[in-house]
Amino acid sequence: MRSAMFAPMLDLSFNLRSRAAASIRGFLLVLGALSTVHSGFALDAPLISGGVGFFTQTNAGSTTYYPIIEPLLAAPMGQHILVESRASLVEFFSPNGGNDPGYNHSHFIGLTYLQSDFIASRHFTLVAGEYLIPFNTYNDRLSPIWISNFQDGPLIANLSFSSTGSGLGGMLRGNAIQRNKYSVDYSYYYSARSVNAQFGASKGNGGRASLYLPDQHLEMGLSYNRLLQGTHENFYGAHAWWEPKDTGFRLRSEFGRAHHAQGYWVEADYRTKAFGGLDSAIGRIEPVFRIQQTFRRDNVVTDGLPPVNTQRADFGLDYNFPHNVRILSSYARQFSSTGNHNVWETGIVYRFLFPAWKGKQQ
Amino acid sequence: MNSKNLRLMALVVALVSALAVSAQQSIAPQAKPSKDPAGKQSTQKQDEGERVFQQHCSRCHTAPDGFSPRIAGTIVRHMRVRASLSQHEEEELLHFFNP
Repeated sequence: MRSAMFAPMLDLSFNLRSRAAASIRGFLLVLGALSTVHSGFALDAPLISGGVGFFTQTNAGSTTYYPIIEPLLAAPMGQHILVESRASLVEFFSPNGGNDPGYNHSHFIGLTYLQSDFIASRHFTLVAGEYLIPFNTYNDRLSPIWISNFQDGPLIANLSFSSTGSGLGGMLRGNAIQRNKYSVDYSYYYSARSVNAQFGASKGNGGRASLYLPDQHLEMGLSYNRLLQGTHENFYGAHAWWEPKDTGFRLRSEFGRAHHAQGYWVEADYRTKAFGGLDSAIGRIEPVFRIQQTFRRDNVVTDGLPPVNTQRADFGLDYNFPHNVRILSSYARQFSSTGNHNVWETGIVYRFLFPAWKGKQQ
Repeated sequence: MNSKNLRLMALVVALVSALAVSAQQSIAPQAKPSKDPAGKQSTQKQDEGERVFQQHCSRCHTAPDGFSPRIAGTIVRHMRVRASLSQHEEEELLHFFNP
């Protein structure tokens, strides 16, 4: 999860240099591994995808500028295996403030995940490595910068047994039931404890089950995970998505509950088809709205949620240009007992997607 | 940030940019979900592939605006993992991308 991933960047207690070097080594290692892949199919060349963007955020009067690259590598190996990885490279700039001219800057480089998928059937896919924890939906489905409607994730995005959003170990996922009227997907994962700078993870396990009704375009799911080190704690989640057919409207929501806090968010976005379809100048406009609340259940702040009860409303206006370019802009007002403040965000994202290297057309 | 880290970051950015430029130049035909297949059977496969895309892929994201046919299979494989697609659905989706 992006917000969780960036949090350590602001806390310079760990060794950035070694982490950055390890990240780049890991990324180049994957790239090197991809170069050894010999695909038997003309359409199965390894790919590099991802997003590159430039964002600004003014939070309570403090402005931060951050260019970001999130490359994703994917390489099929044979008929049943896919190796994939995503990384994040961010540089943060902010004015020094006061009478001190110039900018302060810091950076974050890290692997978001690095996993190998073995597809046995639609019912069973075995995932091994460092994977995104499928707790609720934001972390593993909406967090890439080329997908999310807002620059920053919801306040409860960090709510899981692992504050980094990733686990290290194995996961079993797939489709449990498939009918014309409904389908049920599941995932179960186990993560080992690791203090490695690049592959840090907490010991825990959990799972998610979701029901999808294709006629109604409605998805509902439940998540659960449990921390298995230190004080064992449980985390519960629920999500509901509704995307009415042929409307361009989407409604997404999540609820999360931990031992010390809980919260929810609801997000709606809309693109009209009334003026020449989604690819018309008007159809590319995408108003977005999100409301969220968090509540502390006690004074122990160990879960990444705000230390006091918080409410926030985000009003966004995105524009989807041709050629995978997207502009995100939003205004948010956040309310809490420690003070209310505004959050202004603007940014531009380009999604790239191409073969990992040149090849002959077949 | 010290100069070593700056160099490392610049190296990675340059690598990705070079790959992007190189690959964009090599992309000849752009694969994009087509809505103009030749025959009836092909139309049915297109419809089925579009259904798979609408029900599974577009729940989270829109279709990328053109990509090389060489990676269509990899994209579909990636979606097979993410959305727990069957092999049949994988084939229909692949046909949707490459009619």
